[in-house]
Amino acid sequence: MADTDVELHVEFRGVSKSYDGQTLVVRDLDLDVRKGELFTLLGPSGSGKTTSLMMLAGFEAPTAGDILIDGSSVRETPPRKRGIGVVFQNYALFPHMTVGRNLSFPLEIRGVSEERQAEKVRRALEVVRLEGLQNRRPDELSGGQQQRVAIARALVSEPRLVLMDEPLGALDRRLREEMQLEIRRIQHDLGVTVVYVTHDQQEAMAMSSRVAVFHRGRIQQVADPETLYEEPEREFVARFIGDNNILRGQVTAVSGGTCVAETPGGPVKAVPVRPFRPGEPTALAIRPERVVLSSRRGLANEFEARIEEVLFIGDHLRMRLDLCGNRNFIVKIPNTVGHGAVLKGDRVRLGWAQMDCRALPDERAAV
Amino acid sequence: MARPLRSARLRAAALTLPLAAFVVVTFVAPLALMLVRSVHEPQVADALPRTLAALERWDGGSLPGEPAFRALGTELRELDGRRGLGAVATRVNRIESGMRSRMLATGRALGPGSPESWRDAVLAADPVWGEARAWLALQRAGERFTLRHYLRALDLDRDSSGAVVRISPDQRIYVPLLLRTLLVSLAITAICLVLGYPVAYLIANAPPSRSNLLLLLVLVPFWTSLLVRTTSWIVLLQNQGVVNDILVAVGLVAEDGRLALVYNMFGTLVAMTQILLPFMILPLYAVMNSISPEHMRAASSLGATFRQGFVRVYWPQTMPGVAAGSLLVFILAIGYYITPALVGGRTGQLISNMIAYHMQESLNWGLAAALGVILLACVAVLYAVFDRLVGIERMRLAS
Repeated sequence: MADTDVELHVEFRGVSKSYDGQTLVVRDLDLDVRKGELFTLLGPSGSGKTTSLMMLAGFEAPTAGDILIDGSSVRETPPRKRGIGVVFQNYALFPHMTVGRNLSFPLEIRGVSEERQAEKVRRALEVVRLEGLQNRRPDELSGGQQQRVAIARALVSEPRLVLMDEPLGALDRRLREEMQLEIRRIQHDLGVTVVYVTHDQQEAMAMSSRVAVFHRGRIQQVADPETLYEEPEREFVARFIGDNNILRGQVTAVSGGTCVAETPGGPVKAVPVRPFRPGEPTALAIRPERVVLSSRRGLANEFEARIEEVLFIGDHLRMRLDLCGNRNFIVKIPNTVGHGAVLKGDRVRLGWAQMDCRALPDERAAV
Repeated sequence: MARPLRSARLRAAALTLPLAAFVVVTFVAPLALMLVRSVHEPQVADALPRTLAALERWDGGSLPGEPAFRALGTELRELDGRRGLGAVATRVNRIESGMRSRMLATGRALGPGSPESWRDAVLAADPVWGEARAWLALQRAGERFTLRHYLRALDLDRDSSGAVVRISPDQRIYVPLLLRTLLVSLAITAICLVLGYPVAYLIANAPPSRSNLLLLLVLVPFWTSLLVRTTSWIVLLQNQGVVNDILVAVGLVAEDGRLALVYNMFGTLVAMTQILLPFMILPLYAVMNSISPEHMRAASSLGATFRQGFVRVYWPQTMPGVAAGSLLVFILAIGYYITPALVGGRTGQLISNMIAYHMQESLNWGLAAALGVILLACVAVLYAVFDRLVGIERMRLAS
């Protein structure tokens, strides 16, 4: 973090967590969350992202390391004094209270006067566009409405930091996409910092200012969504974010910003993400939509292969080929004029540019 | 389509028939019989039909006429001959004490044949027949349908004019006993709630392996007979029992000052609380188990202390379990019989022990039935009140 003019809101400093004293759920985590950003912890289940969030909220204590909020350690601060709003996975709305009572709960606890309470509750409901539902009980609301109430409750006492733990996991796809925009809008309007946990990479891409990709308790890469997609630095990130074809091979030559790797199907020119030595194993990542079916020359990598399968997806065609040792090599072609003629069994010429092929360290050996 | 569906439904319904029959035979029918028995007592009316017919036009004050004496004399003599007089005399005796021996004596004294004046002969056999109260007792015992068991069960009686009055304070038994039973049941329910709530909380919030073990410990008492558990309490609590021995050994209690821990109300309270505790813990556990731990976390993230979170968020959500457990324990306690009978001594008896006494010892089944019906009514009333306050549909016995 070379920038000195960005203000840090949350810092993880060498944080580790173990529940049983042996296996580390989170290992030596360093993380900076800037003020006013929507920061996402992304990873498969069991990767340590939720545990990290719970440590930030104060529900779990780090086994080692420290967490700082606004520059000061919160090691000794109980959850109720951290001034953090939390949106839980299953909303955790209090079923025996009306929506209004759910929202005024944190205000009552803090001794806010009744008039101010009513005003704040009204405003919070306005923010999530649920005006007039004060007197309903949570079980009388739809999943999406409950979600909005949970967000409103986390915001009602005006915290500067809001944590969300898979808040959209229980919603169907359409509603989820709507709520993604909604959360983004609220976060932007209120200018709060949001730390968001999800296992859905599309959700993370659509919403986040920056994303930290978790795998086995470690952060693989922290970057904005576009960088993560275009410039993954680890094989796990390349495979987890979007679709990627992975070709395995050995680096044979390195020169400047390029390298050549020998695959079962022949040499492939690529861009290494870090300096390689000749002979090192590598995983080459090529996005399916960057592969071009063409007879036009000039592509750094060109091959010929048989189409094993063609799937019609709607907006694109999805072809499976057997290429350079990867029997599951996927090519996506946009469904535009002139692409209807590709058939299973056809032999085609295809290729991709060198800059669309990233040489990553092979992680098969690493555990 | 509709026909096979309906026959399938009928077949499914038929599977419940054995249970329905079982419930009718073992529950509905005895309950109905009890209700009938508490108001219907035809034995005296059947045994002395002519006497009671002769008394129909009696004014109730002066002595009845010769026909009544003749009917009484002949019927008592016949009953004595059939050895049926004792049972009838016992019933009359419940209305006017002393009448049993008088009637037996009269029946025995009357010789065969027809005397000139039945009136003289009967009066000679026992002068009690010269008093109106003896005849009144006969008349009242001869009512086929009667509320007198209920009056008796509520410590009421009819005076000579027939008005309902409370009996003298030193003779009142049943109402104080009923009140004591309600109070003890309430106390046991409260103790079970206070003891059971933290246990249920612990089990519901422990990691699965530990919660299973704890749950097992709660259920272990069910593996042994109720009788064994109750008598174990005698072993523990009696004068020379384990608890007293320890107290003496530690020096808290003098050797000659051993505490009376059993055969009194204390023994009943302790033993019944222990026996009924699982019935409180299990419904509480079922409800607590369904409350997500996220709720308490949410409360603390919203600024609440543990106490605030518990009072405002957790406790209200356990109300269905509190209600279910309390109702269950209370209803079980109010009709409990074996434990108070064994460890209750004289002061620790409850209303069911009195019902058992009238069933087995005094053989006054009518009174026993009336007490049973009153007990049932108490439970029904409490249940209705409870429904109003808490709402039965909110109650949960399992998740």
